[in-house]
Amino acid sequence: MSAVAAPQASGYNFAYLDEQTKRMIRRAILKGIAIPGYQVPFSSREMPMPYGWGTGGVQVTAAIIGPDDVLKVIDQGSDDTTNAVSIRKFFAKTAGVATTTETKDATIIQTRHRIPERQLTEKQTIVFQVPIPEPLRFLEPRETETRKLHALADYGLMHVKLYEDISRHGHIATTYDYPVEVADRYVMNPSPTPKFDNPKMHMSPALQLFGAGREKRIYAVPPFTKVRSLDFEDHPFEVQKFDKPCALCAATNVYLDEVVLDDRGGRMFVCSDSDYCEERRADGHRGELSGEAPHLVGGAA
Amino acid sequence: MMAKLNDKPLLSARNLGKHYGQRLGCRDVNFDLYEGEVLAVVGESGSGKSTLLSLLATELPPTAGAVNYRMRDGETRNLFDLTEAERRFLLRTDWGFVRQDARDGLRMGVSAGGNVGERLMAVGGRHYGRIRDTASDWLNRVEIEPERIDDLPKSFSGGMRQRLQIARNLVTHPRLVFMDEPTSSLDVSVQARLLDLIRGLVSELGLAVIIVTHDLAVARLLSHRIMVMRQGRVIETGLTDQVLDDPREAYTQLLVSSVLAA
Repeated sequence: MSAVAAPQASGYNFAYLDEQTKRMIRRAILKGIAIPGYQVPFSSREMPMPYGWGTGGVQVTAAIIGPDDVLKVIDQGSDDTTNAVSIRKFFAKTAGVATTTETKDATIIQTRHRIPERQLTEKQTIVFQVPIPEPLRFLEPRETETRKLHALADYGLMHVKLYEDISRHGHIATTYDYPVEVADRYVMNPSPTPKFDNPKMHMSPALQLFGAGREKRIYAVPPFTKVRSLDFEDHPFEVQKFDKPCALCAATNVYLDEVVLDDRGGRMFVCSDSDYCEERRADGHRGELSGEAPHLVGGAA
Repeated sequence: MMAKLNDKPLLSARNLGKHYGQRLGCRDVNFDLYEGEVLAVVGESGSGKSTLLSLLATELPPTAGAVNYRMRDGETRNLFDLTEAERRFLLRTDWGFVRQDARDGLRMGVSAGGNVGERLMAVGGRHYGRIRDTASDWLNRVEIEPERIDDLPKSFSGGMRQRLQIARNLVTHPRLVFMDEPTSSLDVSVQARLLDLIRGLVSELGLAVIIVTHDLAVARLLSHRIMVMRQGRVIETGLTDQVLDDPREAYTQLLVSSVLAA
């Protein structure tokens, strides 16, 4: 999609939400930035999409977006899946802002499940859609108690979970939504991004905002903030490793998706970040299967 | 090996009382507890034993009185003046609480090793291997085979669960352990083994214990001193043997005589 501003639909306030609501959300965001990793309650609004489709992220984006912003929306690393396309269209229609699929051109990136491979910059803000903001949720069912545990920085329980992982699987088997400690204080859920992306959050130059619509929580990691993945001294944090490079663009050290090719066990591993993969292919990088891939995904055939 | 004991009281209750609205929980409770001492609180149900235990463990705010506790740094403080953070820290380092129902004291969805290791991790243990070694050592001490370290407490018998609870509480070497009817849900032979184990650990570690029980046999076997409660008041205190062999109060006499071959 090209970065062409569409005219704003009539009958809506800029970016769908009314100004009072945006103000309330901005206050929550500011508080979140002031207390990195702390979950700020906010009065989440009904959005024209079901819970679980990014209502929290959309509200955060709506509160921070301006007419000059360029929006990119990704879902599982890809710009062309349903969730990404419809949210991008939603803002093109209600705010008339320019949209893009290219990470380098975007000023706001709303994301579900990934952080782009390309290093984000100080000029960018990344907005995460969060289903479950509470890292202690499945360890301690009482919300009153989890709040107390956060207040007292009583996080022994979090390590009990990791202990159980190692005792059952021989290694820490949590692969996504891997808990992190922000600025040496709050333990935070990074939303269901693969743990592969956790190191990107550490000292990121971009502002990171998290919105959970159903749970009515907003939290934030300001630029250049320490983000440490929890681990044990003798079982240090590790990211996923892949045996092969991307089959289309030959990138290594990126997060790969498995794509099933036929019903005879054929499969390939390609970049989950579709923009990054396209960019590399445009630069002339070729993976082992790019010759056979259809032209549509950048192959020769 | 006996731990070195201090001659100042570890915990002392002063005019401690609790009303639930108009209804009396307990009142005017006064006692001193020294290190290495086991105090049994006995009485019929509804006599205020459990209320007293909850007050001492700071689970309930009192309506009157104070509980002074000598902290590890030697300073004596009123437990109800501590901040929430200090109280929680005390609860998971210096204290233990063994519940009547193991399900209240254990995490049933977490393996035995995780249950024992939780306190270690809560006080900053971040080395998996060492946490596991300590856990397996403690399982051994409470007579649970170390091979069962990765089993869930769900698969444990009632007696094993109680022993696991004890291991989980003692792993941080507390100085004071509260026990609320620790043996009453077990059958007689398992009770005897558990009592034996508790008695061994108490003398070995020099633990102070406040044990609430309605079973006078348990009180006789474990405790040095006894406190008899009735209708929210302490009606008789003294050395366990003395009180049980030669009860002064009419109610205590009734209690002692009602036990079958105690």
